[in-house]
This record gives sequence, structure tokens and C-alpha cells, in this order.
Amino acid sequence: MSVYDDYDMTIGIECHVQLATKTKLFSTADNDARDKEPNTCVTPIDFGLPGMLPVLNREAVNLAIKAGKALNAPIARVSRFDRKHYYYPDLPKGYQTTQMYQPIILAGYVDAPMDDGSIVRVRIHHAHMEEDAGKLTHFNGYSLVDLNRAGTPLIEIVSEPDIHSAAAARAYATELYRLMTYAGVTHGDLYYGNMRFDVNISVAKKGSNVLGKRTEVKNLNSFRSVERAAEYECKRQIDLLERGERMIQETRGWNDDKQITTSQRSKEDAQDYRYMPDADIPPIVLTDEEIERIQAEVPMLPGEYREKWAELGLDKSVINSLLANQNYARVITEIQEKSGDNTAKRVAHWFSSALIAEGSGSEADETPVDNVGMYVSIDDLTALAEMTEKAEISSTNAKELFNELLGGARDPRALAEKQHMLQVSDEGAIGAIVDEVLADPASATSIADIKAGKDKAIGYLVGQVMKKSKGQANPGLAQKLIREKL
Amino acid sequence: MKSIRDYSSGSALENVNKAIAEAKADVDFHSLLCLTEERAIARAKKLDDGGKKGRLHGVPFVVKDNFLAFGGPTTAASKMLENFNAPLQATAVERLEAEGAICIGKANLDAFAHGGSTENSAFGPTKNAIDKSRVAGGSSGGSAVSVALGIVPFALGSDTGGSIRQPASFNGVVGVKPTYGTVSRYGVVAMASSTDTIGCFASNAADANLVMEIMSGQDRKDMTTLPDFWRDDYAFTKKKVGVIKPFMSDSVDIEVVSRVREYIEKLQGLGYEAEEVDLPMAKYSLGMYYIVTPAEIMSNLARYDGIRYGHRSKEAKNLGEVYTKSRAEGFEAENKRRIMIGSFVLSSGFFDAYYLKAQKARTLLVNEFRELFKQYDVLVGPVAPTPAFKLGENTTDPIKMYLADVMTVPASMAGLPAISVPAGVTQQGLPVGAQLIGDYTSDRALLELAEQVEGVI
Repeated sequence: MSVYDDYDMTIGIECHVQLATKTKLFSTADNDARDKEPNTCVTPIDFGLPGMLPVLNREAVNLAIKAGKALNAPIARVSRFDRKHYYYPDLPKGYQTTQMYQPIILAGYVDAPMDDGSIVRVRIHHAHMEEDAGKLTHFNGYSLVDLNRAGTPLIEIVSEPDIHSAAAARAYATELYRLMTYAGVTHGDLYYGNMRFDVNISVAKKGSNVLGKRTEVKNLNSFRSVERAAEYECKRQIDLLERGERMIQETRGWNDDKQITTSQRSKEDAQDYRYMPDADIPPIVLTDEEIERIQAEVPMLPGEYREKWAELGLDKSVINSLLANQNYARVITEIQEKSGDNTAKRVAHWFSSALIAEGSGSEADETPVDNVGMYVSIDDLTALAEMTEKAEISSTNAKELFNELLGGARDPRALAEKQHMLQVSDEGAIGAIVDEVLADPASATSIADIKAGKDKAIGYLVGQVMKKSKGQANPGLAQKLIREKL
Repeated sequence: MKSIRDYSSGSALENVNKAIAEAKADVDFHSLLCLTEERAIARAKKLDDGGKKGRLHGVPFVVKDNFLAFGGPTTAASKMLENFNAPLQATAVERLEAEGAICIGKANLDAFAHGGSTENSAFGPTKNAIDKSRVAGGSSGGSAVSVALGIVPFALGSDTGGSIRQPASFNGVVGVKPTYGTVSRYGVVAMASSTDTIGCFASNAADANLVMEIMSGQDRKDMTTLPDFWRDDYAFTKKKVGVIKPFMSDSVDIEVVSRVREYIEKLQGLGYEAEEVDLPMAKYSLGMYYIVTPAEIMSNLARYDGIRYGHRSKEAKNLGEVYTKSRAEGFEAENKRRIMIGSFVLSSGFFDAYYLKAQKARTLLVNEFRELFKQYDVLVGPVAPTPAFKLGENTTDPIKMYLADVMTVPASMAGLPAISVPAGVTQQGLPVGAQLIGDYTSDRALLELAEQVEGVI
């Protein structure tokens, strides 16, 4: 027993999700600032000019409504915006427009699957809409302000402190990411900070019913860093307490190079944001019909895919790797519905190995869900699966053709013909080759072995038949004929 | 004073030149902060060259200098925005220009519209059009005086707690504060978002009606604007006016009360029955107003940080000083007072006790008005407790200054339309305004009623 086992860790996560709207939350400025020159995605509203007023982007509201569905949370029929005041050069109006008192997304939950197959349920306290701030770049003696990101719509998802291990924190972050990307709420580009996690961590002696003082590690943008920061912070806090020192409530940053957290600012003398309702923006009033109509547009979510695929008997690791690409998931499910479980299962395995080959399987889930560049025709995939099932093509060749299809090729039968991959299942033709192999003196030892009961030796003979047929013989048939002829 | 009709015969250029000459002749009153002469003349020449003739073709006007408008800086009468040139124009200005009106200058105001005398202007006060020793009223003092002096037939102002009605009353012109949301606030330097309204001054009710009709109507750039109601069939059918009893009390100047009573008699002459009504929440209005408004002011002035535009202190050595010194130098004392009050009432732990409570009281006030409008078409009272006071008389006593708003803030807090109409003068010759408050969207009917009264000798 180490001293670390005497403590429980408690984690709550706040996640900022950038919404995939065309324009900003309150202006018509381009919301996609990736690779744009500084201060080019800015209107007078984002610049905070005198006399400018916010105009709420309904598309952002619609995405928040969709996020609510993914979070199993009801949508408030009436929600409002408030102003959070503080001074910083990246905040043009001197306040951030957010939802303090009446958020749009009410309490919900996320069921996050753990690697061991268990599920962690994390309750969502609420999620609210708000605008992002701009960005400062510091130089020696001066700083530059870029307002391209100022006014980008966000939802902030606030969890309850239901997470009790670093692995669960990672599982929650990963699942949240999948939910938000699948629901189409965000582009999910982690490199550009499309989702950022603030992890609140505290430790307390086991059995204590009082939570310890917490620290907040801000702005983590990968699942791995969420896990590592939680691990590090937990250990740091326990060490501190064990040394008899006092925990300070503070904000800490994650140093990815050193894999440590460092103190940023104390929260003991918390800033007063002077929240007040924003009178420039009328309340968002939604009807049940509107909410239903918008939520009906949400495609299948990861949980539903898992349920569907459970019928296919796929491994959890295969399922998780498949969920890394929403298009793959969609295609597999469509095939399952059209052509049945067997075909779907075969295709699922192909996709899974392709994903693992490209390094974005369950282990490397940092890659953004890739929803572009998928041109595989479902008919082609189904045809290939059926050819394999009917043994018209070997499974090795099928995988090869699958990769060609992924690469943009069409018509698997033509491809197979062209590459002489179609298996010969004509008994006469294969029988002739079998006769040839059996007559070959080099086969004598194997024949003797088989007759002596060493059945495994048949592999050599089948291999010879395949070789002579340039891989096109149906190996099952070849084996059957060999047995018959011996 | 001039009416819009006076400009129907001349060319746009003649009209503009005449107005500019009149403006330049005002060396004593300081009604305007700048003339937008070059642009006005260019626009006039262009209008004279032909094209569509709008309803205000070639009519000169001025805007309060918190409206973003081309041709000169938009200062809000503050050092903070002394050199701020707007890259766009307020919707109200755009709509007037689309009808051929020509802005010739920017009128003085209390800095950021905080005040009731125009003495808080960073560039010196505007003087009363009738008595130069007295205040113009405020905060839209420059606009009121420019109409009273006959420089222009109409002027734009903003009214948050009386900033159009009170200077209209002090200078003997018509002043309109419309229903909240009637005219877009886009492009007007924000004071208090929940009560800011855009309105106008004119020499007569019909002119004011036309200007308001042109400016009103939904604007996608201001989410709080109402769909256009100006041409709706709104008529006063109850033929009853309520005389607001607490506004006619002994604490109000006796001559003011007399002039208002005479105005009510004219309404009676038009067939309206007059009854005294109580408005118990009225006495709390000022308290509500000076909690909610400073809170919103604190918030709306937060953007003036010296980073992107506006005054930046040359003394600042670090980020903290850019904020503190730029704001200390750029804001007037009254701006700072309101920022401090607003910061206090919104501070953690006080929000419920002040802001929230004030908003609840506001709902009660709204309900009282609602009940009254079930019985009355219009509520009547004075605009201000006194005629224009002396320059400097109230500057050292902010509470006394705030008390001058006691009769204008109720309609502001409730979002109701209210107009100030000339009701005669005191023995000293100082103008007195009567205030007509109507139900939501009764704005046009109010102005038509005022027009009828103007016809009564």
C-alpha cells in the first residue's frame, strides 16, 4: 500500500467547444480563422467599436440545441445572455457575453466507456453559450492583439465532480469529443483549440465526506494531457498534504514539454466579474417543436453505433477504432442495414485494420474525427464483401482491394479480374493442378506424412496448388480435392 | 424657430449654406461641437444634381455627438473619443439621409450622455437658448438649443432617462422619446442598453412625427428594435387623460404646475376628460434608475480601454496603467461617478440587493402603468420640477442634479413613449414643457394629439 492509495481524487471538467458556424456568435465575421492573417476576420462588432450591438447567430443556437441532445440534456425554453466583466486586451468590449443565470442546456449526462469495458457516467451540470476572446502574442516589451478568434461561438460544458481517476477523465474527454463531433456541433480540430478542457482536481483522504481544496488546470487540448495533468496534479496534491503543507485554490497551467503543472494565479482572492444581464440581446425563446425539429437533424451518435455494432460481435477495441471516423461508422451501419451483419462485420474489420494501420486506432485517439475525403461507394464495399464471402477472392487479396477502394478505386470485380485475383473454383481445373502437384516428387514426403496421420502436412500441398495457380485457386476446394485424391 | 416646410422651396445647397451660416452665428450658446460642412455641402450639391427626392430633400439637421456620423469626429463630448472618426453611420442617420436630409453638424451633450444640463461636456456647456445664464438641459442640450435657435428644423438626440424631454422642456421645443425599440440604437454610443432610445427635437409635433416615422422600424443590426408600428391604426378612444398627481405636488415649481394645468385645459377643450391618478411606484423610479443605469453604464463604458481606439494615456508604463490612466484622463467626473456606482451595485454579494431588487421594482412600475392605460389614453404631468436652472447651480450637488430627472425616468424605466411639448413660459419667460406619456407604440397618436393642441389658441 502506498500513501497514494489513502486518497480519493475528485475531478470535474469544464470543456469549451468551438461551434462549427460559418460566422461568429454576434457578427458576420468569418468564424474560421485558421491560417488567416491576424485581425482579418473582424467586423466593427468584434472590434468593440462604440455603438455596435450584438446580433445573435441562430446557427449557433441550433448547434447548442444539438449539443443538448448529445449530452442527454433538456434545452431551456427560455435562456438569456449575461455580461462577464474583466479587462484584458483580447476582450474588446471589456466583458465577455456568456450565459450566467439562464443557460441554454440544462442538466444531462455522458456515459464514457473505459478501456476495461466498463462505463463511467458523468453528470453534466449545465452547458452555456458564450463568445471566445481574441489572442495575445507577447514579444520583448510589447504584445500584439489578434481578434480573429474574438466572438467565436462556444459552448462551455460543465460537468459535475463525478470523475475519480485520470483514466476516467480521459475517457470522459474522449467521449465528449466524439459526441460533439458526431453531432456536428464542432469541427473538432484539437490542434486549433476547437475543444479545450479545464480540469478541476482535488484529493481527500478516503472516507472523508469533505472534498479537498481544488486546483484548476486550464486549457488542455488533448485527451492525453487531460489524463497526465490529472495524474500529476493528484500526486502533487497528495505529496503536498503528506508534507503537512497547505493547499491553495489556484489556476495552474500544463507544461506539455516537462509534463508538469505550474501555478498561474491564485483564486483565493477571486476576481469579481460583476455579472449582469445583457439587455442588447433578447432572451432565446424556443418551442418544443423547434427543438424537436433541430434535434431530428442530429445523426447517429457513438452510443447508438456501439449498440448497433454489439450485434456484430465486434471487439471493444475494434469498435473504438471505428468510431474514430464518423464516415466509416456511417458506412458500416448502412451496410449492416442493407446487407446484414456478416457483410457489415467483414467491412468493419477492414476499416478497423485500415485505421490501426494509419495510426488512429483506439490507442492514438488524438486524431481529429476525419469527416472528409471519404469517397468509398457502399455498393463497391458490399460487392467486395460478398465476393469474399463466396470465396471468389482470397481474404488477403480482399484487404488489398479494400485499400485500393479507400484510395479512390472503383469496381472491385474489375480490379480483381485485372489483377488475376479471382479464385478458380472449377473442380476440373483445380483437379488438374492437384494431380500435377501430387505427381511432383517433391511432394512425396508430405504425402507420406499425411498418410502417417500428420494432417498438418497438407498445408504444403495446398500451398503448392496455390503457387501453381498463381493464387487464384480456391484453397478450400484444393484441400478437399487433395484429400479425395489421396 | 424653423419648420421643415421652410426648406421646401430652396435648393439643398441654399438650405445647407443658410443652416451653416446660422450655426456659425452661434458663438454664445455653444450648441454644436463641430460642423460637418464639407460633407454637407458635397451632399447638397449631389442632391441638387437630381435623383430621387426624399421626404426630407435638402433639409438640414444636426445629430447629438453620440451618433456615429461621417463628416467629423464622434466625440460623445468626451476627451476619450475626442479624435474618434466613425467608419460607419448610425442607422437613424442613414435612414434620414436616404430621405434626402443633410447632417450639418454634431451637437453638444453631457459626456457620454451622463447628465441633465450639458455641463458635463468635456468641451464646455451649451447655454439655454432663451437665457444664456441658464443651462440648456441635458444630456441632449446642444440638439435642443440648435432647434430652439433656428439653426436647423430638427435635431437627433438620445433619451435614456429624460435626455431629450428635459432639454426640450427647458428650450421650448418638441422632444420625442419613443417606445423602447422604436428606432435602432445601432451606431449610437451606448449609455444604458435597457433604456436608451433614439428620438428627436423639432419646432412642432408634425415635423417630429415625420422624422420619427422615417427613423423608426426594425433594424437587423439592433435585436431590440420592434417591427415598424408607426403607420399602424393606433387611436385614442377612451378620451381620458390621467394627471399624474405626485408630479403636480408642492415640491414642483408652482409656475410649472400652472403651465401644465393650462395645457391640460386645452386637452379638455379637445374633448378629453382629465382625472388625477396616482403612480405610487413613481417615487421609487429614481432609485431604480440610478441603480440599473449606472450598472449598464459601467458595462457599456468598459470598452474604452485605450487599446484599440480612443484616448490612450501617454503616461502609461504598463498594461494596468494603460487602463487606469487612459480612463482617468478620458472620462469626466460624472462618467467616473456612474462607473463607480455601477461597479458597486453589481459587485459580488450586492447584485441581489441592488440590481435585482431594482429590476423587480421596475416590473411593479410597469404593472402600475399597464393598469392606468386600461383607463386612460395618455398620462400628463410636467417634464421637470423647474424651468431651466442657472449654470453651475447644481454642479456641486449630484443628488440635486439627479432629482431633476424624477419625472422623466418612470417612462424610461417602463419603456413607454413620452414627449415633451411646449406649455408656455414662466413670468421670467422661461419655457415650460408638459409631458405626455402614452401606452406602448402609441407614439404617433401622442404626436398627433400634440399637433391638435398646437392648433388650439
